[in-house]
Amino acid sequence: MNWPMNSVSKGERAMTRKTMTRKTRRLTLIGAALAVFGLATGLSLFALRDTIVFFYGPSEYAEKAPQPGTRLRIGGLVKAGTFVKEGGQSYQFAVTDTKHDVKVSYTGLLPDLFREGQGAVVEGAVGSDGIFRADSVLAKHDERYMPREVADALKKQGVWKEGEAMPETARPETAAGAQKGVVK
Amino acid sequence: MIVETGHFALVLALALAVVNAVVPLYGHYIRDSRLTAVAPSVALAGFGFVAYAFAALTYAHVVSDFSVVNVIENSASTKPLIYKITGVWGNHEGSMLLWVLILAIFAAAVAVAARGMPADLRSLVLCVQSWIASAFLLFILLTSDPFARIAQAPIEGQDLNPLLQDPGLAIHPPLLYLGYVGFSMTFSFAAAALIAGRIDAAWARFVRPWTLIAWIFLTLGIAMGSYWAYYTLGWGGFWFWDPVENASLMPWLAGTALLHSAVVMEKREALKIWTIFLAILAFSLSLVGTFLVRSGVLTSVHAFATDPMRGVFILLILVFFIGGSLALFAWRAGSLTPGGIFAPVSREGALVLNNLLLTTSCATVFTGTLYPLALEALTGQKISVGAPFFNATFVPLAIPLFLVMPFGQSLAWKRGDLLGAAQRLVLAFAAGLAGLLVFAAWKGAPALSYCLAGLAIYVIVGSFLDLGRRLSGGGLGNVWARGSGLPRSAYGTAIAHAGIGVTLLGLAASGWGQENILTMKPGDTAKIGPYAVHLDAIAPVNGPNYTAAVARGTIFEGVAALGAIEPSARFYPSRKMNRSDAGIATIGLGQLYMSIGTPSNGGVDARLYWKPLVTLIWIGALIMALGGALSLSDRRLRFGIASRARRSAGPTPQPAE
Repeated sequence: MNWPMNSVSKGERAMTRKTMTRKTRRLTLIGAALAVFGLATGLSLFALRDTIVFFYGPSEYAEKAPQPGTRLRIGGLVKAGTFVKEGGQSYQFAVTDTKHDVKVSYTGLLPDLFREGQGAVVEGAVGSDGIFRADSVLAKHDERYMPREVADALKKQGVWKEGEAMPETARPETAAGAQKGVVK
Repeated sequence: MIVETGHFALVLALALAVVNAVVPLYGHYIRDSRLTAVAPSVALAGFGFVAYAFAALTYAHVVSDFSVVNVIENSASTKPLIYKITGVWGNHEGSMLLWVLILAIFAAAVAVAARGMPADLRSLVLCVQSWIASAFLLFILLTSDPFARIAQAPIEGQDLNPLLQDPGLAIHPPLLYLGYVGFSMTFSFAAAALIAGRIDAAWARFVRPWTLIAWIFLTLGIAMGSYWAYYTLGWGGFWFWDPVENASLMPWLAGTALLHSAVVMEKREALKIWTIFLAILAFSLSLVGTFLVRSGVLTSVHAFATDPMRGVFILLILVFFIGGSLALFAWRAGSLTPGGIFAPVSREGALVLNNLLLTTSCATVFTGTLYPLALEALTGQKISVGAPFFNATFVPLAIPLFLVMPFGQSLAWKRGDLLGAAQRLVLAFAAGLAGLLVFAAWKGAPALSYCLAGLAIYVIVGSFLDLGRRLSGGGLGNVWARGSGLPRSAYGTAIAHAGIGVTLLGLAASGWGQENILTMKPGDTAKIGPYAVHLDAIAPVNGPNYTAAVARGTIFEGVAALGAIEPSARFYPSRKMNRSDAGIATIGLGQLYMSIGTPSNGGVDARLYWKPLVTLIWIGALIMALGGALSLSDRRLRFGIASRARRSAGPTPQPAE
């Protein structure tokens, strides 16, 4: 056989074993550790560049005008009067912070109590026609609670404060809820 | 009155914990064994008071005492009894009380069960435990009093979050806490050993059962949480790489690494400093998990209430224990005598590699979980790090771990032979390859799925090869004699390793899963995978504290009816919340999963999934826990006789050449 390990005779191997002192063993260990940590760091940096998804409020979205194809999360209120069912399970609606709107299209099941005037977070990619193609829609899951990202985006625009009723576009409704990622 | 006595008992428990945190330490310092000897009795008394406080809160919940704020906010008189009891820990205050109760149970267990252990080590362990108990009791009493009363009691409470009104609440949090808090034991052992300045193979033997207990419960707790999310969120997912899930995965990874490095320490007195470090790390990550979940920095069903004061308090506890233990570690670890040496290619070497991969994969999970929080705190920029990140970092590190696992089991201690190990694993390679080919013939999944399935088969077969070789070593006639002579931990190892392979197979099989989302009316039939679901009717049903729409469906394979499937959409009026309850039909090892939205216009939006082999994910976790339990029952590890165990009971050394 031509395995490298087997090609070493017993005597030679005993010698290599002897020269394998505590120091070299420790160096092997440190080398292995550095290699694995290096690999992990590399993977993490690479992944952090490519896989993270930024969150924009509608105003931030308008301001930064992201390239088509960019993956994003956008949060705000579902603007009253914009929700259209396009047949099947395709929907269009606008997400707003009352200053700017983002047009969103989505195909799939909507959370149970997704509705106009309520907070929602959509995740997806910017389409070439400027319409945001969402592949998931998260809505709030508790009547006392508004998605934190949405609350922050509204606060940033100065249109809403903690404890206040929701701004203009929204008709505050009592019922709320829906499950998905946010809930867990 | 009972509620007040419960509160008082909690204060007394705090006083006892402070006594136990100070007196044994002082006794150790002035070398007075009478002072250190108080620790076990004080720990038992402390357990009694915490248990009483917990019972008092449970009583308030069971009798629906709406003068207690905690009961108002989390209970209602219409709630079924089982959820009145489990609701005790279905809220922030009660869950922290459960945390402390489990801490006290572990302390009492050390006080009672660890007779074989040197008395001074036991006292120091209990002393460190009491530091933790003091911190958390103080936290409860100052920021999260579960016994707070209200002057004008309302007639009805606000009910428990419907997502939590589930049998899962009875099982998942206690199991998870037994795991989380179980690592406080390894932490206490590590800190006690550092204080005493004596760390040897015997220490590793004392600490191993506690690590195993924590690991078993954490494994079960994570699996249970995942299954709960799977059937209750209605999206058919079982792992979302959500921060709260990661918070439980991190201590699991560190704890798994600790289990393995403790073996090296026990057998070979090597890796001492590293083992101590891992013991500290596992509990530190449990604390980080508690912080992430309970402080309100994340919004989730687990974060019951957001009170900045609580977040800051837990952060202080975190800084105190992690900082303090690491400082102690830095101060004392240098004085430990180095242990035995070993060649890179050896059982020890493989376990070191295992540790490297587990801790680095843990570090990537840590990065992905905390990076968004750090970035937002520093720059205000919001990002989300989801599954793509973890698939790109965690998975590439986990795959080599699976590849190396059977190798490690086949290598000899001290100095192994890679080629020999590979030869012994021929059967596993062959089985893995065969598995890969068989799964590749099953169309409809990406290449990654059948590669992972092949890897899983390799791991499962590889887990038993070493055991098989040891059993059949002296001819087939001796199998029984050899089998009963082998330590149970040898079986435990093989079974636990096979369990992770089984879970991997279940995960790999998700590649063959199918999904069908559509709107259905009664009389409609939807195709999904090899089956079809016929919607017979949509009927309203009234539960004790909810109303529901139930979709009654029948599953067909061709023309033969296989059984019923009944997903429902529930509405809880007291919280105005919806909750879906998936209909799940287990067919073989796979599951047909159906969830529905709220019906409208006589139809209902339905999600149908066919998930082949999905149950293996959780069956694998059960097998892992079973393996852990077998190891735990090993004679050498029983608490009472640990000191009498002999080193010679280790696995038979293999010829190196």
